[in-house]
Amino acid sequence: MNMRRGPVWSLLLALVGMALLASQPLKAEPLVADLSNHLIAITTGFTGAQVLLFGATDGPGDVVAIVRGPTGRAIVRRKERIFGIWVNSLALDFKEVPNFYAVASSRPLNQLLTVDTAQHYGLGLDNLSIRPASDMNSPNENDMLHALTRIKIREGLFQPTGGKITFLGARLFRADFRFPANVPTGSYLVEVLLIRDGQVAGAQTTPLIVSKTGVGADIFEFAHRHAALYGIMSIIIALMAGWAAHLIFRRV
Amino acid sequence: MQIYLPIAELSINIFLLLGIGGGIGFLSGLFGVGGGFLLTPLLIFIGVPPAVAVATQANQVVASSVSGVLAHWSRDNVDFKMGFVLLAGGILGSTVGVGLFSLLSHFGQVDLVISLFYVFFLGFIGTLMFVESTRAILRQRRRGPAPKKLHEHNWVHGLPFKMRFRKSRLYISALMPALIGFFVGILSAIMGVGGAFIMVPAMIYLLGMPTAIVVGTSLFQIIFVSANVTFLQAVQNQTVDLTLAMALTVGGVIGAQIGGRVGAKLPGEQLRVLLAGMILFVAGRLAYELGTQPGDLYSAMWLAPQG
Repeated sequence: MNMRRGPVWSLLLALVGMALLASQPLKAEPLVADLSNHLIAITTGFTGAQVLLFGATDGPGDVVAIVRGPTGRAIVRRKERIFGIWVNSLALDFKEVPNFYAVASSRPLNQLLTVDTAQHYGLGLDNLSIRPASDMNSPNENDMLHALTRIKIREGLFQPTGGKITFLGARLFRADFRFPANVPTGSYLVEVLLIRDGQVAGAQTTPLIVSKTGVGADIFEFAHRHAALYGIMSIIIALMAGWAAHLIFRRV
Repeated sequence: MQIYLPIAELSINIFLLLGIGGGIGFLSGLFGVGGGFLLTPLLIFIGVPPAVAVATQANQVVASSVSGVLAHWSRDNVDFKMGFVLLAGGILGSTVGVGLFSLLSHFGQVDLVISLFYVFFLGFIGTLMFVESTRAILRQRRRGPAPKKLHEHNWVHGLPFKMRFRKSRLYISALMPALIGFFVGILSAIMGVGGAFIMVPAMIYLLGMPTAIVVGTSLFQIIFVSANVTFLQAVQNQTVDLTLAMALTVGGVIGAQIGGRVGAKLPGEQLRVLLAGMILFVAGRLAYELGTQPGDLYSAMWLAPQG
């Protein structure tokens, strides 16, 4: 839906930029950024969304933006062949797994930051704090972790090298983040970093909420909050549907 | 036009769902079976999580059995007493089944067990049906109609707790129908089907009920068993997708009416060979998938943080 609004956003961006430049003597913020939308509403017809990140810097430099979804546990399973059929035989529980993770930058990350800085800011898949939920060492930990990130990338939920931040002139920048139809709900955090000479010269975070709205959200809420009532209602609706069908087709 | 399924958490084209519901409804009207055994694999195939497919379908079965049983009731073809005995076992069985389902999903084995159940039972019933209906066709060709006989007396009739079922013209132990109900209840919970494809042969061959009453009676108890499965799945696993169930029901009801009309014009035995062939095909496909190395050996499930 938001995809065809490019020119409008560019104009807005320019206005914001001018305002920022005009106010510069008063406030020396090295970096200002915002999102086109702080709410991704999952409605009945939801097929994914695009959110524009835009902002300005107070001078030359590179910009990196990270979008992080809520963290939780993930169970990774591996199938093995047992008696001729493929069975889930190995499972490993990970914690601190972000349910969404996307990075955009104006230049490739490894050209911008030292390994230590990248680690400190959790930039790049290797620097996420995903670790096994239990303290016991598993010989398959690395394989399983690899599989987890691979699956997340395939689902479009990890975009480690996903986006490109483009500069309009020297100070204005923009980036598009793409959220697939299966985007998980929750509170997201968008972190924007200004990089100069391999160092972080400025940072700003802004929230992003992904939530279900409309009938779909109400149904989901209801199904989880009042599970028993939901079950009974489903049955009553089905009974009435069956009865109605009988009445309609008896005459035909 | 995409429609978002709030519980399955994915968007699917509404016409695809109506079409699937309609197609399955057509087959169920044509063959006089629920068609659930075909619907679950189809839903899984289009991307609905197996747990949601099974639980949602139980809800859809409620709707289709109600319209079915009302039609049979108006022809006085329901043995309510037998229905209640079957039901007593069925409620217990489906409760055990849903518990088993939760346990299996905890261990990550639920998809496997659903597939195994399907392969085994579809293979078994499909083979029986195929052999039986081919024989019937051959018999018809050789010498007229098959010899009619009342049910045989076997070990079933020696069990205690005897009960008289007037409508079915039976005097048998209540244990047997209760046990059948229990067993089908477990299948119903795990496979998300009404279970008529097991129930109907069991009632005819094990209990010796008259064929005319069998379908109505089995539908009658299926309403309650699937309602129980719907309720328990909703409470324990939150996997009943009302939007999906409605889309399937609307398509299914219309399809079933058309199928029923077409089926009335086709010869019964040939129809059953066809159904048996289809059942065996689905079983074969599922078996093949179990034995083929999956594209990705790994799978991942993300869990929201507690609280």
